[in-house]
Amino acid sequence: MNEFLTEYAFLIVPIVKIAILVFLVLTVDAYLTWIERKVIAHIQARWGPHRTGPHGLLQPLADGVKFIFKEDPMPANVDKAAYFLAPFITLLLALTSLAVIPFGPQRFTVFGYQTTLAIADVNISLLVLFAITALGVYGVALAGWASNNKYSLLGGLRSSAQMISYELALTLSVVGVLLMAGDFSLRTIVDKQAGAGHGLLSWNIFPQIIGFVCFFIAAIAETNRVPFDLPEAESELVAGFHTEYASMKFAMFFIAEYTSMIAVSCLATIMFFGGWLSPFPDSWTFTHYLPSVLLIPFGLWVIFDGVRYENLFGRLVLPVVGTVLTAIGVALVVFPVVNDAIQGVFWFFAKVFTFLFVYIWMRGTLPRFRYDQLMSFGWKFLLPVSIANVIVTSAVILWRMH
Amino acid sequence: MNAPVVIFFVLAAIAVLGAVSLIVQRHPIHSALSLIVVMVALAGLYLLMGAEFVAAVQIIVYGGAIMVLFIFVIMLLNAGEEERTNFSKLALYAGIPMAVAVTGLIAAAIVNSSKAATLPPAQPVTLTSTRTLSTLLFREFVYPFELTSFLILVAILGAIVLAQREN
Repeated sequence: MNEFLTEYAFLIVPIVKIAILVFLVLTVDAYLTWIERKVIAHIQARWGPHRTGPHGLLQPLADGVKFIFKEDPMPANVDKAAYFLAPFITLLLALTSLAVIPFGPQRFTVFGYQTTLAIADVNISLLVLFAITALGVYGVALAGWASNNKYSLLGGLRSSAQMISYELALTLSVVGVLLMAGDFSLRTIVDKQAGAGHGLLSWNIFPQIIGFVCFFIAAIAETNRVPFDLPEAESELVAGFHTEYASMKFAMFFIAEYTSMIAVSCLATIMFFGGWLSPFPDSWTFTHYLPSVLLIPFGLWVIFDGVRYENLFGRLVLPVVGTVLTAIGVALVVFPVVNDAIQGVFWFFAKVFTFLFVYIWMRGTLPRFRYDQLMSFGWKFLLPVSIANVIVTSAVILWRMH
Repeated sequence: MNAPVVIFFVLAAIAVLGAVSLIVQRHPIHSALSLIVVMVALAGLYLLMGAEFVAAVQIIVYGGAIMVLFIFVIMLLNAGEEERTNFSKLALYAGIPMAVAVTGLIAAAIVNSSKAATLPPAQPVTLTSTRTLSTLLFREFVYPFELTSFLILVAILGAIVLAQREN
């Protein structure tokens, strides 16, 4: 058995990693919908979901069950091949884009096979990501075209035009970071930002602030989120490209959208915010207890909130969850080895979560662009600024070299 | 048969099938989709030869940008299915023998070349770094490269002029 594992570790280890990642991502996607609904509800002075489970925490589960059991009608005269292919392409590409993202600094050996906290640690990972993003347009465009519906078609057309326009700005905005790192590998880009151990001072965000702003705006447009969600503008196009999709096929578009949000947040974290690096100087070792400092009070608050929850189910479940969170927080203090090991992953996910929160925050705050505004903003403002950023960055690097 | 050879044949088969489907499909969108399959399969072949940068750029530029424009235009014009006409007599009497002759010629050339050439000793696939590629492109072959860019620029200008003629 052990020999078999050692011989085929190159195959088994990635498959296990993929299975874990897909499970995690789908769970995070589900709870991201819950967070989004809760945050937007509170921005708009509403309660959000609160019936299914304590604080509506079982809502994603109920949604999932609903999606699986709903009828899936197909409109007449659709292009069947493209109609079925579109949601699969969209979801496939969204999930594939996470394969090259390194989630932490660790390198470890399983059954004699060297591996990292990324599914594929290739040295052109950034280019691979852009290649996947470049193909991502097809899912939306095909869904719109195949549905045999004028609203869908308009949504699909808008989406392809928007994605072509903003892809240029997206790619050009990270060239500054690439020039500074001198490498396409996301791991190297993060390692270069470690600098002399002064924490966040050596992150790319400070020299590349213009690049970051361009990147984030273009990335929001690429993921079709507010204020650039014109492909699915409900007041004009019903639901845009996914008007004719129901049940699990609709859910696939939804999961893909949330997965690309996660991928873009990971990319922003890695390119501009030091990936898994701590924002504090290396010498401040007491900051390693931050996960515990956050987890223990949060767990205690969940217990406190749980015992006086309005129904019995919540009074049973919430204190258990709170106890588990507190226990994890205490365990991290007791076992410093584990605590040090999770530092990188903790900072990575803290930053990714911040970006996801900004996404949701913007959806609750900003109105939608008009279509011509969107186009002129992309071509006449974003693209020139990112080109200027590339030129200035190269000039500074050249000037420093001499 | 080792793994790279198997992958090569799988990718080659996908590319050829995609190319055949591109011609056989009657709807322009289906043809365009087949062309994307060909592009992605070619990128896989480049990757197999160790040209990782070229593979990624193949997908970004051809698979992404150019084919998106194709599909965009087809969708915008709302092009319908092609209609089949009867076989033209010329295609039957001249085309088929020509196709057979050309295929035979290529096959003969391949057979001869593999007879003459001795296979190089098996070497591990080394990934050509982006740095090497850019040095070649921007130092050794900078004039052909810039001339090609100029040619493309002229083509773009020509397209704009053609499009504006009606006004």
